[in-house]
Parts: sequence; C-alpha cells; structure tokens
Amino acid sequence: MAAGNFEKYKSDGSLAGNALEWVDARFPATSMWKGHLSEYYAPKNFNFWYFFGSLALLVLVIQIVTGIFLVMHYKPDAALNANGVPIAFASVEYIMRDVSGGWLIRYMHSTGASAFFIVVYMHMFRGLLYGSYRKPRELTWLFGVGIFLCLMGEAFFGYLLPWGQMSYWGAQVIVNLFSAIPVIGGDLSLIIRGDFVVGDATLNRFFSFHVIAFPLVLIGLVAAHVLALHETGSNNPDGVEIKANKDENGIPRDGIPFHPYYTVKDIVGVVVFLMVFSAVMFWAPEGGGYFLETPNFYPADPLKTPPHIAPVWYFTPFYSILRAVTYPLFGLDAKFWGVVAMGASVVIFAFLPWLDRSPVKSIRYRGPIYKTLLTIFVICFFVLGYLGTLSPSPMGELVSQVCSVFYFGFFLAMPWWSRMDKFKPVPDRVTFK
Amino acid sequence: MRYKNLLDLGLTEQQVKENLMFTSDKIGELMRVAARSDEQKQWFGAAPPDLTIIARARGEAGNAGAGADWLYTYLRSFYRDANRPTGWNNTVFENVGMPHILYGLQGQQVMNHETHKLELAVPGSMAPAEFDKSVSDLVGFMVWMGEPQQEYRRTLGWFVLAFLAVLFVVAYALKKEYWKDIH
Repeated sequence: MAAGNFEKYKSDGSLAGNALEWVDARFPATSMWKGHLSEYYAPKNFNFWYFFGSLALLVLVIQIVTGIFLVMHYKPDAALNANGVPIAFASVEYIMRDVSGGWLIRYMHSTGASAFFIVVYMHMFRGLLYGSYRKPRELTWLFGVGIFLCLMGEAFFGYLLPWGQMSYWGAQVIVNLFSAIPVIGGDLSLIIRGDFVVGDATLNRFFSFHVIAFPLVLIGLVAAHVLALHETGSNNPDGVEIKANKDENGIPRDGIPFHPYYTVKDIVGVVVFLMVFSAVMFWAPEGGGYFLETPNFYPADPLKTPPHIAPVWYFTPFYSILRAVTYPLFGLDAKFWGVVAMGASVVIFAFLPWLDRSPVKSIRYRGPIYKTLLTIFVICFFVLGYLGTLSPSPMGELVSQVCSVFYFGFFLAMPWWSRMDKFKPVPDRVTFK
Repeated sequence: MRYKNLLDLGLTEQQVKENLMFTSDKIGELMRVAARSDEQKQWFGAAPPDLTIIARARGEAGNAGAGADWLYTYLRSFYRDANRPTGWNNTVFENVGMPHILYGLQGQQVMNHETHKLELAVPGSMAPAEFDKSVSDLVGFMVWMGEPQQEYRRTLGWFVLAFLAVLFVVAYALKKEYWKDIH
C-alpha cells in the first residue's frame, strides 16, 4: 500500500508545520495542493487561447458572488405593487437606484452573463483548434459539453428574473417550444411553466432553478471537468503528449508546475480580462443593446406582445437553426423538427472526440481542408448568430438554412474529411520560443 | 427612489422637505405616486408607465440620448383632439392614454390638418421657448432618475481602469520574472 499522507508530509518543527501535519493526517491538503497546482505539470507552450479556462472559472466566481448579493434584494414576485409595477421588476429597479452599490453588483452580474458565454465560446474554440477533445481527454470534453448545456439553462432561467418584456416573452416562446414534442409536449410545457401562461409560478420555479439547482450542478460539473483534465494532463497548441517524454524524476520535460508559472501568467490574463470587462460594465453596460436588451426596460405585460422577440445574443446561433427548419416531416410539424435541430446543434459537440479521425490533433499540423472548413464553420456560426437577432425574412431564412446545413455537415462529414487532409509531421517535443 | 437621493442633485434637505415631499414626511422614504395604479387604470384606460424607465427603454443601442430626445418631443407634442376620451392626442404617440399634464404651462396646441403642423391655439402661462427649456430640464431630471448613478459609474470606470493598468504592469513584470528561467 502506498504511504499515507501521515507518513509522507512531516512537520519541519515550526508551529505552522505542526498545524499542517495535523491537517495532512486528516485531510489531503498538501497532496491536493501538489497534485493540482505546485506539482501539476502543464505544457510550457500555452498561448493566448489557454487563458479562457481560468477566466471561465473567474466569471463563475463573479456570478456566484454577485448573485448572492442580488438575491438579498431581489424579490421573485409577479404580483403588481401599489404603483402597478410587477414586484420583481420593481425590485430590480430598486437594486439599481436605491441599494448602495446595487447598480454595480447588478451590472457585474448582467455583464458577467455575456462575458461567461464569450469566454466559454473562446474556450470551446480552443478545443477545436488544438484537438483538446481527442483521446485521452474525451471525458474532460464531455463534462465541458455538460457545463455548456447547464450554462445555457442557467442563463435562460436567469433571464426571466428581471421580469421585463423580453424576459417574459422570451420565456413564453422558449417554453412553448417544448409543446411541439408529440404526445407529452403539452403536459411538459405545462410542468415547466407551472401555469397555462408564464406567470408567478414560472417566475418562482425559474428563480429556484437559477439560484439553487443549476449552480449546484454547474459547480459539480466544473469540478469533474478539472479533475478529469488533471488526470490526463493538459493538451497544448502542438497537440503533443508531454507525458510521453519524461525526465529521470518522472516529470515531463516540456512540463512546468502550474503554480507558480501559470498562476502568475493567468493573473496577467485576469487583469487584461478585467480591463475589458470593466470598460463594458462602466461605460456600456447595455452592450450595444445585446447584453441588456432595450425592450427589457419595460415591465412584463402579458397582454402586450413585443413586435420582435429575440433571445439574448448567446442563444441566437441555435435559435437561427431552430427557425431555419421550415419543412414538416413524417407527419410532425416543422416546429418539432426545429426544436430537434436546435437541440442537436448543441449536443453534437459531445460527439467530436469520435467524429474526428485525423492522425494529428493540432491545427498546426493539419492541412488546408481543416483550416478552410473550420473557417467556414466559424463564419456560419457568426452569421447564424446575427440572423437570430433579426426578425424573420425570406432572405434570412435562406441564408440560415445554408448555414445550418453547413453547420451540421461540418460535424457529420468529419469522419471522412478529417482523414483526407494533408498532414505535416508532428514533432516529438512542443515548440517553445 | 428615496427623497434622500435628491440631495445628490445639490438640493438641501430643507428644500426637499418643503417643496417636494407631499406623500411622506421622512426624507429616507421611497417616493410614491399619489394616485393608485388601479384608479389610474380606470381614469386613463391603462396604468401610466414610469417615464424614467421609458427614457432608457426608448434609448437605442449606441445612442444613449435617443430616449431623452423622444421624451422631450413627446411632452411637447400634445394637441387637442375631441375624439379622444381625455381630449388630448399626441403626434409621436398616437392615441396616447396620458392626458397633457403640462397644458397649463404650454397652453393648448391644435393640429393644422393643412400643414400637418401643431399650432398654439390657447397660450399657456409660459412662452414657447420658456416651456421648451422647462421640458428639457424635466427630461434631464427623468434621465438622471432612470439611473441615478450613471455619472458616478462613468467616473468610477476611469479609476478602476487606471488601477487595473497599474496592476497589469506589476502582473506582467511578475510573470516575466518567473518565466525567465523557462526555455
């Protein structure tokens, strides 16, 4: 049997050392510190794209901490107050105007929501660039897809809480999507709503999901994501396994301890991120109408449908795919297949580790096919995202159909095109200048 | 909003208490509309919206002044219309439920259907230029009230960015120092 922590970590005789020894005999403090930070060896050649993992963690913490303070003043109540304003909406305005520093906390939370998706999309794109999802990191990737799904749920539930017009009608539209599912659809959407229309029951259960259920699952998945990553070790821009080349002490020759090297590097990333984040939060918290949509400054009114209902920007690529499906099939209407396509467009990321058959991981050693297709994929994603913010139009529909076909084609045809490319030889060691 | 917040505008507690507090006697209390919303719904057909929020809602992306411009024009564009229950209509908000609350100041405008322009039929207690000035002050107040901390927010942003810029220099130097032995 391996030596227990009690035998491994001995005190140096100082008071702090004695205290640590006492803890180590009862809790794996030193061994976790070493295993995940000071003796976790990360490839030394991380580039720009590798900041976004730790940034996602930072935004998660920002959201949780600001969320705790928001809940102290927010009231999930759809009833009207004496002035005829829904209490939930009024409580958000109260936070903005009367709670000391409330505006700052609220803007941090609303900007944080969009920042979360920007950071996570960059993080996912990094995976596509360098093949981070490939063997042996499939589980890390799957936990990541789980986090993304959970984050979408979290964002969706949270968006209802300010109880503005867009909150209300956005939730109405999305919950109605479930009614397109045959047989169980009607009852399912009724269960989600808790009522026949979006109302107080909906607001209260969404509040519960947003502040308890989804954050709990999210934190669990993030822990699993990091644990799985630390089991296999990190990938890198060369897609070289650094564990394949170890020195006499069993330490990867291209690896450096995460702490202090990547902690000090990530601090630089954190500061730069906070500069961008603060610039938006202090000078343009509405994010040009994309982070806080202007219709949401009107309190929710069940009798007044806004002329144009669009989801928040981070959902629009998938929303476009939903709208692109206009043909009924097998006796089921187009709406149902739209919902299926929208769900599939998110879940399909989970299959990447098995769809990609190329002999190399990193885009650095892949050929023109991957580079071209990935570029078109990204363009399609942006075009779909942009079209999703607009009202439906015949031209927009056609373009989103073309983009949707390419979107799915990129994944579904990957087993074939990913091995046809012209590959460059992969070096034994990482490149580091 | 609390009455106390008006002190941020440079008013003294005495001024607020004597001139503005009709529905409450404590300066820390929330301002309340005297008329209840259900009564107003009976009178006007709809509960009146909070115009301070409308200033933000009407604002367009990248043009923060748009909401203020809209409110300014809206408050100046009421005209007499015998077909409306309140006797008032508005050129920028057709068949609006809100009556012209400032008509005593502006006077009564009528629509000239030949030129499609508003003309002052009965003068109010203010000259047109004076009225416009008052409305722009009023709109300025409502924009402020829509987000009382907005000026402070923009100022604070500079300090935060300056702090982060210093922190960046330190953090970057720290990173350089640690990484110099990685080859």
